[in-house]
Amino acid sequence: MSKELIVVLLVAPLVGFLINGLFGKWLKGNEKLSGWIGALAVLVSLVCSIIAFTSLNGGAAPFDETLYEWITGESFAFNIGFRVDALTAVMLLVITGVGFLIHVYSIGYMHGDEGYTRYFAYLNLFVFAMLILVLGNNYLMMFVGWEGVGLCSYLLIGFWYDKQSATDAGKKAFIVNRIGDFGFLLGMFTLFAAFGTLDFATMFDDAEADNFQKVFGASTLVVATLLLFVGAIGKSAQIPLYVWLPDAMEGPTPVSALIHAATMVTAGVYMIARSAVLYDIAHTGEVVAWIGVLTAFFAATIALAQNDIKRILAYSTVSQLGYMFVGVGVGAYASGVFHLVTHAFFKGLMFLTAGSVMHAMANELDMRKMGGLKAKMPITHWTFLIGALAIAGFPFLSGFWSKDEILHSAWGSSPLIYGIGLVTAFLTAFYMFRLIFGTFYGESRVEPEVESHLHESPPVMWLPLAILAIPSAVIGLLLGWGGHESWFHHFTKSVFPEAHHDASGNVLLFMVISSVIGLAGIAFAWTRYSKRAPSDEPTNAMHKFVANKYYVDEVYNSLIVQPIKNASHYLLWRIVDNGVIDGIVNGVAAIIRVIGGTLRRFQTGLVQAYIVSMVLGIVLFLAYYLFFA
Amino acid sequence: MPLEYYLVLSALLFTIGVIGVLIRRNAIIIFMCIELMLNAANLAFVAISRSLGEATGQVFVFFVMTVAAAEVAIGLAIIVSVFKHRQTINVDEVNSLKG
Repeated sequence: MSKELIVVLLVAPLVGFLINGLFGKWLKGNEKLSGWIGALAVLVSLVCSIIAFTSLNGGAAPFDETLYEWITGESFAFNIGFRVDALTAVMLLVITGVGFLIHVYSIGYMHGDEGYTRYFAYLNLFVFAMLILVLGNNYLMMFVGWEGVGLCSYLLIGFWYDKQSATDAGKKAFIVNRIGDFGFLLGMFTLFAAFGTLDFATMFDDAEADNFQKVFGASTLVVATLLLFVGAIGKSAQIPLYVWLPDAMEGPTPVSALIHAATMVTAGVYMIARSAVLYDIAHTGEVVAWIGVLTAFFAATIALAQNDIKRILAYSTVSQLGYMFVGVGVGAYASGVFHLVTHAFFKGLMFLTAGSVMHAMANELDMRKMGGLKAKMPITHWTFLIGALAIAGFPFLSGFWSKDEILHSAWGSSPLIYGIGLVTAFLTAFYMFRLIFGTFYGESRVEPEVESHLHESPPVMWLPLAILAIPSAVIGLLLGWGGHESWFHHFTKSVFPEAHHDASGNVLLFMVISSVIGLAGIAFAWTRYSKRAPSDEPTNAMHKFVANKYYVDEVYNSLIVQPIKNASHYLLWRIVDNGVIDGIVNGVAAIIRVIGGTLRRFQTGLVQAYIVSMVLGIVLFLAYYLFFA
Repeated sequence: MPLEYYLVLSALLFTIGVIGVLIRRNAIIIFMCIELMLNAANLAFVAISRSLGEATGQVFVFFVMTVAAAEVAIGLAIIVSVFKHRQTINVDEVNSLKG
């Protein structure tokens, strides 16, 4: 693995961004070219990633090198350096692989859009930032990527900026993420104060050797890892900062697939997996796991009562991210990352099929106005079904393997977490098949005018769907066969600390329980929704409470947003700004005016008055020199 | 005659000039008083030059007279144009620069 390979891998999307960003005006007449430039840039990265991956898999040593010094001081140095080990290689394949397919899909999906070139410029920039995030060999580089993907997420959520709800959602995502990023920054400061460096290699070695400044006494690492986890909570949409992700569905659907399902939101999981050494020493994994499992359960219940297909997928993403945090929280880092990989494929796939449905339905998202789409859109239907079966944990599809591993590891850590996870698995299967039955089966509830235009999407859109469906189905089997002895665990073994939890128990029994739970969820959905449509209005108080997402947004609004707004309005604006700052500025001006008003009386305009003062002056000077000097 | 006589006369002329500039309102009179002050200075230059037996002071006097001539030309032109605009050369009435 050479340095050049990594640089080409990283820079290709940046070049794509620059071409589409700077020459968008000239490309406007030629949409196809603009889109293929964007896709090609990611394809280059994909090829480089595959080369890097195969060389690692062939036994090459991980790449960890500093390219140049960014900031140097007497006692510190921040470097631009890259690290490609098993974990990074897996992330690279997910980002560039899923990213490439989504770029291709976007060529068809965004056809005819006003901001076509702008879209591809942002998307390339996002891939570039995400690559920095996973390639960096220190926390500062990771943070640069972390902020970069946040920016791109904001730009793409608010892509249709003439729509009020889209710009609001963009701002919400950005502000909520800032809260998390603040935690991440503080965590970084703590680590820097303790270790004097932010390089992963040095830091992890020192941490294992217990060789660092105890800035917060014995709990130094506890504080640092929890602060970093705050960053992950924001970026990966966990309780209590998950509220931005469902709103982020305002962006174009391929963006939801790439950024808000497959890659960016998993950055938090990647970060914890990368910091596995620190979390292991600090024993803060339990907090991570609990936040994760509660989020998984909570988001799954909200998904039960939604009718907007993209929102169901969004809550499902929040819920699945929760699973990943359970995985990395209980110390099964490889399992958490494994679920990240399988989830990237099947959730990316489901978002793209949802986009395909929207494309055919004139941007309709409400499944109460769908139904019976199976006949009109067979490819979309089959690919979605594969994705849904995968997430529901249908035996031998990819979600089955990764989710089962996480649950199995959770059992060894805490049976309660395992129990909640199992219930969530049931809910997941149920709401996914509620979505399927509501959208693709039963009587058609499509409005006649839309019905006449219903069509399968063009090949440039359904081909990526078909390609994504394959890994969604089989990748679990290929990588996960054998549970904790699987190829994936073997490949990533060098990166993670030894699992310290009890991985015993009858693996087969766990698999059977998971499968039965998943199938039960599907069956329950079938009994309820295969014949009749989802109800129009909430039928009882509980249903209404859940359908309104537990009123969390409203509570946040009245407890946090409004008080801050009022404080800004009355205290900061009326008192501090108008009173103090304007008072100082106007006060200075008033004093000058008073002095000037007094002094201007000397300017009489009478030449002789001036002469008198001159003569008096001369006389005084003369008198002084004559009599006193 | 001793030097003091010349100097006293020069000082008297200068003072008359200053007082004239200060108390008169007619621009032409003020102008004449300025000339008086210049000539008082000239007188002092000449007197001291004579008493020191040196020519420098007298050279100065020529310069002063040249400057005074130029000044008269410009000054009178200003007074004429002020009169054209305002029909007066009373300096109390020419006070547009009042603050």
